Amino acid sequence: MQDFAESFRLAFTLVLTADRDLLEIIGLSLRVSLTAVALSCAVGLPLGAAVAISRFRGRYAVLILINALMGLPPVVVGLVVYLMLSNAGPLGWLQLLYTPTAMIAAQTVLITPIVAALSREVIEQLHDEYDEQFRSLCVPSHVAVAALLWDARYSLLTVALAGFGRAVAEVGAVIIVGGNINHLTRVMTTAIALETSKGDLPLALALGIVLITLALAVNAGVMGLRLSAARLAYA
Amino acid sequence: MPEALAPASSAAELGNELLPLEVRGLAYAVAGRRLIDDIDLRLGDPGITVVMGPNGAGKSLLLRLLHGLITPTAGVVRWNGEALTEGLRKRQALVFQRAVLLRRSALANIEFALRLTPGDHRARARAALSRVGLADRAGSPARRLSGGEQQRLALARALALQPKVLLLDEPTASLDPAAVAAIEIIVRDAQRTGTKIILVTHEQGQAKRLADDVVFLNRGRVTEHTPAKEFFAAPRSSEARNYLAGRLVL
Repeated sequence: MQDFAESFRLAFTLVLTADRDLLEIIGLSLRVSLTAVALSCAVGLPLGAAVAISRFRGRYAVLILINALMGLPPVVVGLVVYLMLSNAGPLGWLQLLYTPTAMIAAQTVLITPIVAALSREVIEQLHDEYDEQFRSLCVPSHVAVAALLWDARYSLLTVALAGFGRAVAEVGAVIIVGGNINHLTRVMTTAIALETSKGDLPLALALGIVLITLALAVNAGVMGLRLSAARLAYA
Repeated sequence: MPEALAPASSAAELGNELLPLEVRGLAYAVAGRRLIDDIDLRLGDPGITVVMGPNGAGKSLLLRLLHGLITPTAGVVRWNGEALTEGLRKRQALVFQRAVLLRRSALANIEFALRLTPGDHRARARAALSRVGLADRAGSPARRLSGGEQQRLALARALALQPKVLLLDEPTASLDPAAVAAIEIIVRDAQRTGTKIILVTHEQGQAKRLADDVVFLNRGRVTEHTPAKEFFAAPRSSEARNYLAGRLVL
């Protein structure tokens, strides 16, 4: 086994020379996770906003359910999506198992509750502030939801970021439904797990470095955006 | 013409189809405690009615009940004989003590309200900003405006909707004299163009400057409703006399 210094040297070489395998894995990871985040936001944001401004019997139970689903174990999500997509499952005819689409589906299931729960909290705070004014202006519900989502957009970026962080760092679900197939469904986390178990530390480390750099860059970008928005009192 | 109908007809002359406002037996209770207690009131004149009273008298609650933001425990509110509906509320506007402004530019705040109505939003929004002297702040973030500018923006948004009744809940609280003067001019102008103004204030100077009639409220009850000159010269109720004399009203 190479020593740590050598592993790091090789890892940085892979990153700096833009190794093809490395880029392929990073590209697929981003494609899967960003698509999952987009789908989760498309479902989770309106859902969170609707729950935030609605008052109905059983609302408290819905809140508990959404909050509880935030902590879904990825392997359980992977297993459920696997069962749905396997040949014997209800969606087996789609033939999606061991494809990036299956991985997107698993990550979407995993992070939609996160997006819905966090956005509900953000929107509810804003709604408390706007509620009387909206009722005074007789703002229809769908316009109110759209306005709340728009006005909370900078706070909701952080929500999307939380979803992205969970998706891109997740390994349990994607390895079950994706199978970690080289050049097809291998993403950063599954590759790190595999290469580490094989003792190929440079590639694992290189992917780890990219993963951390990516997380830092995305966080810094979102924080920068929020700070500019705060300066304008838009956040 | 019967004398009792005179205020309504004068309102009609100015095109205010929401008047007279009639309130009968209005009550609002929370946990059995009556915060608004059996109020009877009739506002027929299209001038400025000032609602005064000590803190906790129920002034802001009364305004919300008149506008339909909260449901009364008992009693009725009728605008020109009609019970309050969403359609009627759309012909009114309420400006809160602390302006509720969207996290957008000043212009976008007015456009948001105007998009709920037909017409050319952009031109009307700009005209509304000019009306309150904020034309040069159109692109500024609404929440970055000063307190007085924010309140003028809230007024501009309310007036852009051309309400027949404008309800104002202490719109000048904590503002400097220049900002107060600017807002009072806007309010007076709105009244001159036929908008009925119902203004809550606990500032006697403002009430004297603006009021045509005064509704005095104490502990959720109307203790008197009199023309402003009469109210300030010789208040009928002991509560109003104590209040105007600067004594504690218990």
